[in-house]
Amino acid sequence: MSLANNSKDKTRRASRVERLKLWELPEHGASPERYKILRRNIFILMIFVTTVPLVIMAAINYHEYQAGLKQEILNPLRATVSRTTHSFDLFLAQRLSAVSFVASAYGYDDLVNEQTLGRVFRVMREEFGEFVDLGVISAQGIQLAYVGPYDVKGRDYSKQNWYHQAQIKGTYISDVFLGYRKFPHIAFAVQRWNRQGKTWILRATIDTRRLNTFVSSMELDRASDAFLLNKEGVLQTPSKFYGKTLEKFPLQLPPTTYQANVIEIGNGHGDLAFLAYTYFADYPYILAVVKQRAEVMKSWYSMKSNLITVFVVSVIVIFLVVFGLTDQLVKRIEECDEKREAAFRQMEHNHKLSSIGRLAAGVAHEINNPMAIINEKAGLMKDLIEYADEFPQKERFLTITDSILNAVNRCGAITHRLLGFARRMDVNIEILDVGDIVKETLTFLEKEALYHNIELQLEFSVGLPGVAADRGQLQQVFLNLLNNAFAAVQDGGAISISTRARGPQTVAVAIRDNGCGMSEDTLEHIFEPFFSTKGARGTGLGLPITYGIVKKLGGEIEVESKQGEGTTFTVLLPVKVPDGSNFSY
Amino acid sequence: MKIRVLLVDDEKDFVEALGERLEVRGFEVMKAFCGAEALALLKEQEADVIVLDMLMPGKDGLQTLREIKEIRPLAEIILLTGHGTPGKGVDSIQTGAFNYMTKPANLKDLLENILKAYKCKSEHEERIRRANILRVELSLGDPDIG
Repeated sequence: MSLANNSKDKTRRASRVERLKLWELPEHGASPERYKILRRNIFILMIFVTTVPLVIMAAINYHEYQAGLKQEILNPLRATVSRTTHSFDLFLAQRLSAVSFVASAYGYDDLVNEQTLGRVFRVMREEFGEFVDLGVISAQGIQLAYVGPYDVKGRDYSKQNWYHQAQIKGTYISDVFLGYRKFPHIAFAVQRWNRQGKTWILRATIDTRRLNTFVSSMELDRASDAFLLNKEGVLQTPSKFYGKTLEKFPLQLPPTTYQANVIEIGNGHGDLAFLAYTYFADYPYILAVVKQRAEVMKSWYSMKSNLITVFVVSVIVIFLVVFGLTDQLVKRIEECDEKREAAFRQMEHNHKLSSIGRLAAGVAHEINNPMAIINEKAGLMKDLIEYADEFPQKERFLTITDSILNAVNRCGAITHRLLGFARRMDVNIEILDVGDIVKETLTFLEKEALYHNIELQLEFSVGLPGVAADRGQLQQVFLNLLNNAFAAVQDGGAISISTRARGPQTVAVAIRDNGCGMSEDTLEHIFEPFFSTKGARGTGLGLPITYGIVKKLGGEIEVESKQGEGTTFTVLLPVKVPDGSNFSY
Repeated sequence: MKIRVLLVDDEKDFVEALGERLEVRGFEVMKAFCGAEALALLKEQEADVIVLDMLMPGKDGLQTLREIKEIRPLAEIILLTGHGTPGKGVDSIQTGAFNYMTKPANLKDLLENILKAYKCKSEHEERIRRANILRVELSLGDPDIG
């Protein structure tokens, strides 16, 4: 149970870590990796919080605009269709009622007389224009009287569909058909009863070319196509794209509705088109307007391309800004971390040196007492041997005691240097010219330089401000550094010493040699006591002492070294006396 | 008359060995192993030169030095220190030491210092003696002053 709990706990913690990963700055691990992760996290987060709302906004806008624009374009279309339908309606109703009126006003007996029929027909043509012919048909379907361009008197219609429709419904309006003169007609038929109680039918046909004027009155653009269909999908007026009158409409008929409606259909050429249409309530027609989608949405497409351009440009700008910002930010953090780490290392180093100093002083002091005892005992031994008249191997013992005393002296010298490294010195701070001090120090080394054929180059800036320091200490600093430089170069090498101001408050003395240089590993340890590259010849105290003195004077030592190319020590000394100048550890 | 040297150090071995070496060289040597012991000894006996260790348990060298100066103002004192700090040396000289030396001290240097100190003390005593004589002579020559 507890085991199960434990593992559950672990997975929970793991998932939590996974979840919070974007928020966390990895504290450990290789440094460059860490900043890469940080950079990545900030970048992802910033991109996420900026682009996601943008994408959502763009998507919403896209759809809103699309819907809005569509409505804006399609509503007028719908209205036009509706209006035109009414015009059609009215037109057909007028024609039908004219025929109906004639049938009722004159009656069977008048109209069978072809003279009267002819007169009535002429009046109708004058009033309406489109009437082509007028005929009276008996209950048996025989054409009894006829006025018009065709010779159809006496023809039997009893087998025809329109005749039966008219018999049943009382009125009838036909689909468009081609007459003998090869242009489209519509037939109107009205059924009446004569005085003998027999049915008769008044039939008129009109020229449908008049209908085309309604279509043109819709004021459609060139890419649109308006036409009339019957309920079987046969074109009743010519269409621009889908055929002539009486050809079959190639697309599927829309669902029945008596309100103006718009649907999207395939336009038969692979694209989408809007079909605005309505069924006539009283007549077997459908008014249809086909508008190419591409045409309708033209303004939408330009809008869309604008929208997309703005979106893409802003995303690019966001990416660039976020990338730049993140880069700068992380670089700054990296720099800060580096600085902090350097300061920390410096502090640690100082701390290490001062504790080593204290340790060295303690050790030296503790060693000096037993050394004193050895010194006195060996001295006493020597005395006893010297004063004794007869002593076997007197000379040998004297040599031994002498060498003991020499060793003690050497030890004393070392412990004194050690103590000197840590001791609190009484310093006499004066305002000194570093150039003078360097020259004084060089007098100790001139012979050696001559002997080893070492070229000394001096570059002293004129008019440097004096530094506040103790003459002896400063000499020791330069002596130590010059000693090291002499040790580093081979015969015939070169050492250059230059002094210059660095800023208003600091004087820099650079001692450059073209000697063996130091490895990075060595560089790390040079200021630690007892670290020496000179083997038995070095005490490992020169640089620590130098460092201690320079630090006490409020200065700095900089080292640059490349193995095989040489080393530059730069001593930076403050011009003013440092504050709180109690020169002690 | 032999020069009386008092050696004060908590290191017994050091005192014994140095004492013997000084005796061999004709000094009269007294020994003490701490500040208090030295003071007790000095209350009973007189010493010309005192070689005093700086760092001792109990009273340290400087403290002992001050107290010695109170009871034996004429005795010259050489301070020995394991801690080679000139600062302490300056302190000790200001407090009244004749000189200070660092351990391990070369016997030759130590002897030189002891002799110088003794000479200094002798001259001092001589001056006091002469002053006393002068005072006695003056008082004899002019009875009003006595």
